[in-house]
Amino acid sequence: MFAAANIEAILLTIKLASVVTALLLLIGTPIAWWLANTHSRLKPAVEAVVALPIVLPPSVLGFYLLVAMGPHGPVGQITQALGLGTLPFTFTGLVVASVFYSLPFVVQPIQNAFAAIGPGLLEAAATLRATPRDRFFTVALPLARPGFVTAAVLGFAHTVGEFGVVLMVGGNIPGQTRVVSVQIYDHVEALEYGQAHELAILLMGFSFVTLFLLYAFNRRATMLRT
Amino acid sequence: MTRQLILAVTMLFLSSLARADEVQVAVAANFTAPMKAIVAEFENLTGHKAQLSFGGTGKFYAQIKNGAPYQVFLSADDETPAKLEQEGLAEPGSRFTYAVGTLVLWSARPDVVDAKGEVLTRGTFAHLALANPKLAPYGAAAMETLEKLGLAASLRAKFVQGENIAQTHQFVASGNAELGFVALSQVMKDGRITGGSAWIVPAEMHRPIRQDAVILNPGRDKAAANALLRFLRGRPAQAIIRSYGYQ
Repeated sequence: MFAAANIEAILLTIKLASVVTALLLLIGTPIAWWLANTHSRLKPAVEAVVALPIVLPPSVLGFYLLVAMGPHGPVGQITQALGLGTLPFTFTGLVVASVFYSLPFVVQPIQNAFAAIGPGLLEAAATLRATPRDRFFTVALPLARPGFVTAAVLGFAHTVGEFGVVLMVGGNIPGQTRVVSVQIYDHVEALEYGQAHELAILLMGFSFVTLFLLYAFNRRATMLRT
Repeated sequence: MTRQLILAVTMLFLSSLARADEVQVAVAANFTAPMKAIVAEFENLTGHKAQLSFGGTGKFYAQIKNGAPYQVFLSADDETPAKLEQEGLAEPGSRFTYAVGTLVLWSARPDVVDAKGEVLTRGTFAHLALANPKLAPYGAAAMETLEKLGLAASLRAKFVQGENIAQTHQFVASGNAELGFVALSQVMKDGRITGGSAWIVPAEMHRPIRQDAVILNPGRDKAAANALLRFLRGRPAQAIIRSYGYQ
């Protein structure tokens, strides 16, 4: 049913979203934990930085990522010094950009889930001589599970739907940076509306099913708790 | 109170009618800089106002087909205006070539591109930027040039594609691509290339990049739309167009 180029774009998108989601859970969890527990005056500032990609137009974000990761940009200087070359126009570059872009969608649900646990249970665990590590892994993490599911699903879906950032830093290379959203845009620009519809329907179906399952899961999770 | 409101609304409506000598123009991205200069003179001279929207030709086509209110369309190619005319969306006979684009191989750094473009054969670069050949006339011209040089296949792995010529220019200007095919109009002002190094691709390397303008249906019989097209053909406008590297 799908043209080979479309299948390539679909597989690339799934790969990108999977890698980004895995990385975001690793990076986002400590940030969320810190935000949920800190009394630091820096907290609102960090929260604002994390939330920036929600507010900024993706093409603006993409443009500055392009400049920052370019040969004269601060990130580009570091990657070049490390012998990695520059990041734009590579799959790795897309991953870095997407991690930044989808960060709030992962951090915020986890942070809320941690915050909802409250100090009571953790203090109770402490009186039973649970170390901070134990408290995190055996109390906080399991209780925050719905938050993690929401975070993973939103992080994945948001990366799939990303367009402006990829457009700016990607360079439209088949199999490297030409993801589904860019492919749809190309089809529309080239007046290949049939192929565009095909991918757009797939994307819409995927998004609906994903969100439906997420909300169904969240409902079950709340009902189990009450 | 109600009566005052009706009066206010009526006056707003009338004032919008009175500004009928305003023309809405869709302009191909590569023509952004010259068009701003042209419109400044046009407005001074005629008293009409021109509202400019810049973007990709394919996107404009989709918008026009779906009822966009543009009155004049300055396309990056000659096919799209012809197609719009065929489909009954443009005024027949209003079409003409307002500019012929020049392709240039350009680098933001000096000493990267030599005067004959032999850097392409040497291949001593990681990325070569060009506009998507499927979408942008300058991209198609770049591909034809590379094919004529017999380098299209060997350089393909180094291609990075912009969605339009504006984005392609950004890739090269930011240094992310060492060099790339852009429109001469983007790197030229007052008849001079503004920086970096460049090879102006000879016209015989590709089919001419004809850029056509057309009056769209909403602009039919509108004074400002017709005046703008007349002005575009005229000598002052053509002088501006040439100073940006068009033929």
